[in-house]
Amino acid sequence: MDFRFDLIVDYAPLFLKGTLYTIGISLVGILLGTILGLLIGLGKMMQNKLLAFPFNLYIAFFRGTPFFVQIFIIHFGVIPAILGTTNGLAAGILALSLNSAAYIAEIFRAGIQSIDRGQMEAARSLGMNHIQAMRYVILPQAFKRMIPPLGNEFIVLLKESSLTALIAVPELMYWGRAFQGQYYKVWEPYLTAALIYFILTLTLSYLLSRLEKRLATE
Amino acid sequence: MIKVEKLKKSFGANEVLKDINVTIQQQEVVVVIGPSGSGKSTFLRCLNLLETITAGHVSIEGVDITDKQTDINKIRAEVGMVFQQFNLFPHKTVLENIMLSPLKVKKITEDKARETALSLLKKVGLEDKANAYPDSLSGGQKQRVAIARALAMEPKIMLFDEPTSALDPEMVGEVLEVMKQLAKEGMTMVVVTHEMGFAREVGDRVLFMDGGYIVEENVPQELFDNPQHERTQAFLSKVL
Repeated sequence: MDFRFDLIVDYAPLFLKGTLYTIGISLVGILLGTILGLLIGLGKMMQNKLLAFPFNLYIAFFRGTPFFVQIFIIHFGVIPAILGTTNGLAAGILALSLNSAAYIAEIFRAGIQSIDRGQMEAARSLGMNHIQAMRYVILPQAFKRMIPPLGNEFIVLLKESSLTALIAVPELMYWGRAFQGQYYKVWEPYLTAALIYFILTLTLSYLLSRLEKRLATE
Repeated sequence: MIKVEKLKKSFGANEVLKDINVTIQQQEVVVVIGPSGSGKSTFLRCLNLLETITAGHVSIEGVDITDKQTDINKIRAEVGMVFQQFNLFPHKTVLENIMLSPLKVKKITEDKARETALSLLKKVGLEDKANAYPDSLSGGQKQRVAIARALAMEPKIMLFDEPTSALDPEMVGEVLEVMKQLAKEGMTMVVVTHEMGFAREVGDRVLFMDGGYIVEENVPQELFDNPQHERTQAFLSKVL
């Protein structure tokens, strides 16, 4: 087999650009997914079953259908309905955010419910209202327990962002496919892409374990 | 000061409190005893609405806390509570545990909160533990911090829910000592406990609960030495 490193070097600027896109959409996806996930998780925990129902439905839908299908629904349906025309980048980011929000909501819910009931009771008995008790007592403790599963979800999200190549988001995998199309080569683009994804996920898990250790010793 | 009328509390079909009527005066120390499952902890938790009340009324200083218009957070800030399991905030230091609520609820200044917290720690004999985390304390120390934390809100009433039941025997004394001191200073206290010695020594009145009712109430001397009701007699013969 004749492995053409020179082609990879030629394509390096595009791989770099793609990598930056991958990092960009993943970070935005993580950020929006986390905010949305917290809100949906809190919604699901509401006492009133009727009010909690839409949040349950949301989580069930996004966990129960393939991400690939969700991307197409958002790309060809939701975004055109809002903007009038579709936009791959917006659709990709929206799909990543909405999908990860469902998983993150469950992580938040599990984290919050894992905190002993006595903590809430102690906070309330000291005169704090529900929001103060959540903010100063429950969430700081729950957050620590959420970091490992959240880290997992962030890594999944980073990898799944590669699927947005199929709606022409110019991220890493998009350029991998372009490379293949241009040179009729398989190993060079996809091994390069795999290596870059691997470095990204390793870096992310390293950063998360650092964060975990720092919080553990606090 | 506290007036409880026809209080009922059910968990689903299980009626835990059936008809509780009692009045507690200012500066009075009322000790609640009874077999487990008699409803004494539930009764205590109804006094600051940690349990929602099924029927009846509880008023504190003339304010009906069962009224939907009442700001329960304001009432709770004036009614301190100490739990069997301490429930200290593990992510905060001892000092931060005590300062949190005065800062966030009463919105006093940081300096003032620190000053109050330190003087309370001194009072419970733990000023050297100000910067320790709860996990590094013994059970007795945790409970003394919990008492200081409740006192930092300057409550008018203190509720104790089996404060020594989770402690190793040698640590019971140090917690009871703090409570005795508090009673001596004139704090109004309602104490659910199995410490009959404490009830006898510190209590102004003892309530014996069984099956969701207050079966008998009297001054400690009378209740312990001359119980009238056969259920009281049966209970006391087992624990004394």
